[in-house]
Amino acid sequence: MEADKAIVVQNLTKVFGKFKAVDGISFEVHRGEIFGFLGPNGAGKSTTIRMLNGLLLPTSGEGTVAGYDIIRQQDRIKQHLGYMSQRFSLYGDLTVAENLSFFGGVYGLSAAKVKERSQEVLSLVGLLDRQKELTGLLPLGLKQRLALASAILHEPPILFLDEATSGVDPISRRTFWDMIYHMAEQGVTILVTTHYMDEAEFCDRLVLISQGRLIAEGTPRELKAAVPEQIIAVYPDRLDDALEVIKKLPDIAEAAVFGTGLHVATLKADQTEAALREALGAQQIAIKSMGRVPPSLEDAFISLTTRAGRS
Amino acid sequence: MFRRIYHILIKEFIQVWRDKKLRFFLIVPPLVQILAYGYAINFDIKHVATAIFDEDRTEDTRDLIYRFRSNQYFKVKHYIESERHLRDLIDHSEVTLVVRIPWDFSKNLRWGDPTKVQIILDSSDSNAAMVVSRYVNTILTDYTQEMFKQRLWRFGLRGELAAPVDMEVRAWFNPNLMSRWTYVPGVIAMVVMLVSLMLTALAVVREREIGTMEQILVTPIRPMEFLLGKTIPFVIISFGEVVMVTLVALLWFEVPFRGSFLTLFVGTLAFLFNSVGVGLLISTASSTQQQAMMAGSFFLTPAIMLSGLVFPINNMPPFFQYLTYLNPLRYFIIVVQDTFLKGVGLKVLWPQMAAMFGLGTTMLILSALRFKRRLA
Repeated sequence: MEADKAIVVQNLTKVFGKFKAVDGISFEVHRGEIFGFLGPNGAGKSTTIRMLNGLLLPTSGEGTVAGYDIIRQQDRIKQHLGYMSQRFSLYGDLTVAENLSFFGGVYGLSAAKVKERSQEVLSLVGLLDRQKELTGLLPLGLKQRLALASAILHEPPILFLDEATSGVDPISRRTFWDMIYHMAEQGVTILVTTHYMDEAEFCDRLVLISQGRLIAEGTPRELKAAVPEQIIAVYPDRLDDALEVIKKLPDIAEAAVFGTGLHVATLKADQTEAALREALGAQQIAIKSMGRVPPSLEDAFISLTTRAGRS
Repeated sequence: MFRRIYHILIKEFIQVWRDKKLRFFLIVPPLVQILAYGYAINFDIKHVATAIFDEDRTEDTRDLIYRFRSNQYFKVKHYIESERHLRDLIDHSEVTLVVRIPWDFSKNLRWGDPTKVQIILDSSDSNAAMVVSRYVNTILTDYTQEMFKQRLWRFGLRGELAAPVDMEVRAWFNPNLMSRWTYVPGVIAMVVMLVSLMLTALAVVREREIGTMEQILVTPIRPMEFLLGKTIPFVIISFGEVVMVTLVALLWFEVPFRGSFLTLFVGTLAFLFNSVGVGLLISTASSTQQQAMMAGSFFLTPAIMLSGLVFPINNMPPFFQYLTYLNPLRYFIIVVQDTFLKGVGLKVLWPQMAAMFGLGTTMLILSALRFKRRLA
């Protein structure tokens, strides 16, 4: 194994009955990297993660996490891994401190070490003053922070965050990501699955996953640059009607709602712009503004998945 | 390994202790059960509602009726006048027993001809009907002997008439044949099974239901450690339950305890292997607490019915008799009853103990195997 690779995966496949949840995925994650798994719900992100942390056995393929084999050395991997799942999974009927002392204990930390580390992680996530509170009574945002604290208590060099911020308000998510950055700076490798595009932007590198297959890999910038189409941002006054009209135009690769306007992907930007004005004008749809924009990660994601779907 | 089990134990005890409802369920229902069953389960039938249909109305019949009226087992509630009246009383469950004395009873008796008394029993509760018919039989036998004697007198033969063979019953261990002495120890066994089985099943399933199981599975905790950590607390709590209900049996119901507490301890331990094992097995097959509760009741009811506590095993069809050998409660009830009433120890009860250890170990291994598979 190469020393700078935290995770190496080759041809990983998981089949449930007749359903191929993960279909021959290969990728590598470098040490200290924030690595993102981006894809819609049901794309196979969680299944992949569960094969890496020992919850599921791969149908075929191989891989290593922290240098240990994911099939034969699951027990070793577990000791080196922090895992935070999309469901809140600490004990609601234990206090904050009791949860930490349980999880610290089962990872083999001594009582003194648990105490010391608890102080550290709680101050990192800002829960130092709530140690005696019942976990179940904390607001969701704080629960997620506690779950993060618990996942890093045993100082794992690798951290898996499986949709860790789902259902959390934007401000809490922002704070949460600050903590993730902080850990990555300290050399922790972080594997994140998400379907939030803004979170994907925070990642050093990303893979796009759709229907169990890896369809693109790269930095957010590379992925955006890989979009062959140009993106025209249109702000019409009747959004839904405009979308109907635009979808019928020739040379449109993809048209989708984006905020209060539409993003139209096309290979022939000049012709399309003219065609747009004409078609919308014919339907008495006013255009408040129109212009070319650099593709966002969402544009890249849509463009790349559509292309993967066609081929 | 022991450190990890220790941390699971601590966690389980905190959780049980913090759960107010669970604390309540551990103490109140077992006490209510043993008190209720101690008073309610009673196969000593008394005050049987009785009707007399006397078609003869003579001195002889009055004498016979008096025998029914003058003891505590029968309560003569009605004197019937007609056939229809009889049917009515039975249909409305007003009486369990009708004694019908025919019009020629006295005449036949005087002439020395055989005569009959008709006994009509409401046998919708067949066990009770059996007991009542035995009582009636005793009264009629006494009466017949009396008549014999009188007849002999009339023929001029003096002296006592003794039956050639007389039965001399000595009821060992329970001289007054008190149902309570038999049932209260049985209830102890039932309560222990209920508590240990349900607690174990629910504790594991709850983790799956609230999602903490997934977190547990990514920690270095091994399946065996998890299973031990999940069962040891409930074994300890179940021992607490045994002490609690045993104290009620001894101090409140004054059931004698003639054996040793060590025997009871070993027997309980052997039995807990089983109930905890079944609890785990149920937990591996259920994904919600409701499912576990259902599965638990499906196991508990037949286990109690086929334990020999309520219905004698010897009365069951052969297939079910063999089936009871797989029922751990069957052995445990014998152990508890015999420790209380007979005072026998391991020297006598070892086959039961061995059976329970054997079955229990099998059960634990089975559930451990099933549990492992879920990890993969």
